[in-house]
Amino acid sequence: MMVLRAALALAAMAIAPALFAQGSTADEIAKYRAALRDGNPAELWEVRGEALWKQKRGPKQVTLGGCDLGLGAGVVKGAYAQLPRYFADADRVMDLETRLVWCMVQLQGYTEADAKKNPFGSGNEKKSDLEALTAYITSEARGAPMKVALSHPKEVEAYRIGEKLFFFRGGTHDFACATCHGEDGKRIRLQDLPNLMTAEGAQKAYTSWPAYRVSQGELRTFEWRLYDCFRQQRFPELVFGSDAAIALTMYLARNANGAPYDGPAIKR
Amino acid sequence: MSDPMKIRASVVGDVTEVKVLMSHEMETGQRKDAQGQTVPAWFIQNVVVSHNGKTVLAAQWGTAVSKNPFLSFKFKGGAKGDKVSISWTDNRGDKRTDEAVIA
Repeated sequence: MMVLRAALALAAMAIAPALFAQGSTADEIAKYRAALRDGNPAELWEVRGEALWKQKRGPKQVTLGGCDLGLGAGVVKGAYAQLPRYFADADRVMDLETRLVWCMVQLQGYTEADAKKNPFGSGNEKKSDLEALTAYITSEARGAPMKVALSHPKEVEAYRIGEKLFFFRGGTHDFACATCHGEDGKRIRLQDLPNLMTAEGAQKAYTSWPAYRVSQGELRTFEWRLYDCFRQQRFPELVFGSDAAIALTMYLARNANGAPYDGPAIKR
Repeated sequence: MSDPMKIRASVVGDVTEVKVLMSHEMETGQRKDAQGQTVPAWFIQNVVVSHNGKTVLAAQWGTAVSKNPFLSFKFKGGAKGDKVSISWTDNRGDKRTDEAVIA
């Protein structure tokens, strides 16, 4: 036993310098992400989403093939890189999730409450169709450059409201999004937070959502990211598909313009 | 009903590399739900991979394997167009088999 302990101690001493030479925690997390990238379980959501997109569903038993995501009815390729945008038929700026709900209501005959009753899934019993559809559509935009337009007055309005929300301080902690995401080098626990006020930070952050969260075993959409940020800053619950959620998405998506879209990604 | 696996298989020289994503909860049996009740263990127990009817990999898994497991391995032999078949059985007796063509 003593001999074994001595051997272990020696081994530990030999390992210690190597540990110090390995760099910061952020580097290690980056390595961890790179290792997980091959075989990202987000693909399981993508496969399920593609089947849902092509399946005849809802009271009207039609597919979502007629759904216009901004590039024409049924065009999925690259559509996500140009969302949110103004849709004349709905007379509203919509992000992907809101547009999907709209299509499910208009084309498939779901009630709005039914279409958005399960925006964020949880385990095997409560799978979210919206998350799967979002995974499929975003995967079809991988590599497409972010190109969110501010050509319609309502798009400009959404961007301005999003900007206001980003800097709006409130809640029990008197936090704004900018409190955590307005400076380089901020972090929560050991996670470095992106500085969303720089083009590089906004691009890197926005283009990596949706993402498979390893810690949750779920694929999470951008609406979920905002929802959970609101929870973390002790804001009132961000309503799914609300004008506030879309405006904030618009602000961040537009700021990511120019970067190739790179989701669905994988995160801790 | 379980979701399909996502399988990629490619051959370089005489070595075939197979990468599989499986959709499974992989419950450890250690967690408790909101009511304090233990969530029963539910995990993939056996994995068998065959190529042209011959088993090239057989594995026994336990609860230490993550949710939605990813399996990557190589075997000798295999040619473009061959079929690789992957089956798993979990501790509830659920089964799933999916096939892929080697690229």
